[in-house]
Amino acid sequence: MTNSVDPKAVTAAAVAAFGISKRFPGVIANDDVNFEVRVGEVHALLGENGAGKTTLSNILTGLYRPDAGHLEIAGSPVVLDSPREAIEAGIGMVHQHFRLIPTFTVAENIALGAPRVGEGPALRMGVIEERIRELGQRFELDVDPRARIWQLSVGEQQRVEILKVLYRDATTLIMDEPTAVLTPIEAEALTSTIRSLTDQGRSVIFISHKLGEVLSVADRITVLRQGRSVATLDADGATREQLASIMVGREVERVERRGTGALPGAPVVLAVEDLSADGDRGTPALRSVSFEVRGGEIVAVAGVAGNGQRELVEVLAGLRPRTSGVIDVDGELMARADARHPIRMGVAYVPQDRLGTGLAPDLSIAENLVLKRYRRPPVARPPFLRSSVIDAEAETLMAQFDVRAPSSHTPTRRLSGGNVQKVLLAREMSGRPKVLVVSTPTQGLDIGAVATVHRLLLDAAAEGVGVLLVSEDLDEVLALADRILVMYEGTITGAVEAEQASIESIGVLMGGGAAEDVA
Amino acid sequence: MSVASRLGVRLEPRVDVPRWMNWAVPIGSFLSALLVGSVVLLITSQNPISVYQRILERGFLDSGSLSNTLISATPLLFTGLCAAVAFRVGFFNIGGEGQFYVGAVFASGIALALGADAQSWIAIGAMILAGALGGALWAFIPGILRARFRTNEIITSLMLNYVAGIGATYLIFESDSFWRELSGTGAVFPKGKIIPLTAQWPSFDLGTLVVPFGLLLGVLVAVWLHVLQRRTRFGYEMRVVGGAPSTARYAGMRPARVVVAVAMLSGALAGLGGATDVGNFRHVLDPKGLQQSGFGYAGIVVAALARLNPLAVVFVAIILGGITNAGYALQGPDFPAGLVGTLEGLILFCTLGGEVLARYRIVLSRRRPEAMSA
Repeated sequence: MTNSVDPKAVTAAAVAAFGISKRFPGVIANDDVNFEVRVGEVHALLGENGAGKTTLSNILTGLYRPDAGHLEIAGSPVVLDSPREAIEAGIGMVHQHFRLIPTFTVAENIALGAPRVGEGPALRMGVIEERIRELGQRFELDVDPRARIWQLSVGEQQRVEILKVLYRDATTLIMDEPTAVLTPIEAEALTSTIRSLTDQGRSVIFISHKLGEVLSVADRITVLRQGRSVATLDADGATREQLASIMVGREVERVERRGTGALPGAPVVLAVEDLSADGDRGTPALRSVSFEVRGGEIVAVAGVAGNGQRELVEVLAGLRPRTSGVIDVDGELMARADARHPIRMGVAYVPQDRLGTGLAPDLSIAENLVLKRYRRPPVARPPFLRSSVIDAEAETLMAQFDVRAPSSHTPTRRLSGGNVQKVLLAREMSGRPKVLVVSTPTQGLDIGAVATVHRLLLDAAAEGVGVLLVSEDLDEVLALADRILVMYEGTITGAVEAEQASIESIGVLMGGGAAEDVA
Repeated sequence: MSVASRLGVRLEPRVDVPRWMNWAVPIGSFLSALLVGSVVLLITSQNPISVYQRILERGFLDSGSLSNTLISATPLLFTGLCAAVAFRVGFFNIGGEGQFYVGAVFASGIALALGADAQSWIAIGAMILAGALGGALWAFIPGILRARFRTNEIITSLMLNYVAGIGATYLIFESDSFWRELSGTGAVFPKGKIIPLTAQWPSFDLGTLVVPFGLLLGVLVAVWLHVLQRRTRFGYEMRVVGGAPSTARYAGMRPARVVVAVAMLSGALAGLGGATDVGNFRHVLDPKGLQQSGFGYAGIVVAALARLNPLAVVFVAIILGGITNAGYALQGPDFPAGLVGTLEGLILFCTLGGEVLARYRIVLSRRRPEAMSA
């Protein structure tokens, strides 16, 4: 495969899949998937989690072999037995989680594993760097080849990943959820890079579950549902609603409220003042944060992951010590770090890691539902637990929150993501909290479950609970929040009323100083 | 891009483990161990059927042999419970051996200290408490080290076995300690003092069957543990801490405290075994005999075979006790002692293999289905 576009191949698809199927024990990950990527187009693979996107990209990059079906590249059938063969065939993968060595330079990372330049054992870094600069100029991928990876921002590291595959002469680039780690401004820069790639005859397979970005970036969209390719359509003329219903297979309700807000005169249920805390590495991660949440209000914390949101919610849940500051829950001061105290004060917490932190996966639904109340009557009659009470409560809560499971004795690890989240919310709300802290509550859920979770959060607010919603999903934040706090590098860089908020205005705040970098 | 067809064998994790496997797998493992064992026996020119028949007779059926089996099973029962309860919370206590010794030291010490004048039930009660206390204290060391400094309990508890063994040897062979018999032949050949008759534990005759008090105690403890784990708040905490430590923290539990408490409970069980060994069987602190028996290590096998279920530990201990006991009876010029050990090893090996099969399934596949030529 060479850089120049073979005139014969222009008519043929850059990459095409015919009847690709792949089974894993108990699941059919891909079932008769067909699509073709034309030369010079951005082709989106759109689907919910579990729709088979990742399996398909692993097949395209030679990690998995399909059980049935075959691939064609530039019109001729190929068998990709390893990632190396995929690279030789011109397919390059830009991973969502970067595979870079932090202490190496950009050029060293790119040269790693690539064919050697020139004769003899010497690494000709000069030649390599020159080539990287050239590629960078050509495709609007500005990055210094001599910089070390750890010095680069997330957006720059992604550019290195893209350069890495371009350096290996990839003609088709697969990008797996490439905007997940980017600020809105960095995402825009990525879009223009993608445009310059396709303008110069490269093709891009853009994997995503976000309707908005797929519509704005892609030329054509293939929708995957339950492992099958259910439709391919032009992005021009397609609508979000149309895509959503193809993705889910039915009409999807969209939960939305903007700024109904706290009732007048509702008390402040959570007041945080001057709160600071260290991150896992012992360096300050949360710097002097102050805010208030009133009863019945949904306050969203937006920001790119890793800007202190995790530390904030863990301090509120008593799981992380704070270095300074005061937390006031409905007039009562929270003592030092201790998970029991916030529970008793009425702070409910739905953590991001639902099965690893929020639930005991091997225990039953019923047992998980009493996780925060097992110590006292009526659940406990020390030293015993009353299984009759536990079972009865489980039946009630499962009916109330519509948890779908064979029985209340089913281990929670066997539930779907949406039902796991319902069990968690059911437990947290059953404690009659004053404050509900939820961290990325819909990450990884399918669209139907997202709507359910959103409705449960609105219900909680309607009951007078103060909701603190931490989310990276700006659509979610805009749909639910009354007020939006934006976090950047451990501080709150802005607070916006929902009526005045837009993706653009929040995006600038989320990027902190990144605005100048990009320009 | 070559096109060749090869047969591949892979292990794939099972999405769900069906219920019947819970009992079918251990039984299947046991049967395959017997099958593999018969190959070994054939190689050593023994008749497998007659050997198994003899094991069955000498271990369980002959008059008096079941009584001996119960005696062999009793220490295994305690050390099996010791491992089962600790492994359940992810505390890999390999120190049942040492905790057993310390229990024996404490129990024999209190029995000797109370002397012949103490009432029998007081002496026996004191031995039970002392044995449990000794084991608990010995297990507290790896427990607190893990909770405070995140040391690996497998290493610390294993090392403490040697410390305990050397300590017990010192008491009898290298010092004029309170435990050592210094009069009579004891002055020449080091040995421990025999505990007073009043401190010796009873056995109950049921017709031809003799049931040691220690075994009954062990069964009671197993039932108690089952209730503790299934029905109490502490058992609930154990299960959460064992399966999901960060969830336990999130729920306001104190995982470190639970682990230390379970470590001590586990040690207490092994220590009880040590007390039983002194009270019911040896009536003396016998460091050499204890170290040769290796009850602590055998307990890990028992717990694994019982899938950490306390009630199943009772049955597994009796079965393994029977095989051990039959081994003693079978040893002779035509039957090397090593064969029984080999059989026990095979049972463990097959059990672990069975575990793998329960969790994974074997998939045979042609590595290259519908290969397309490039």
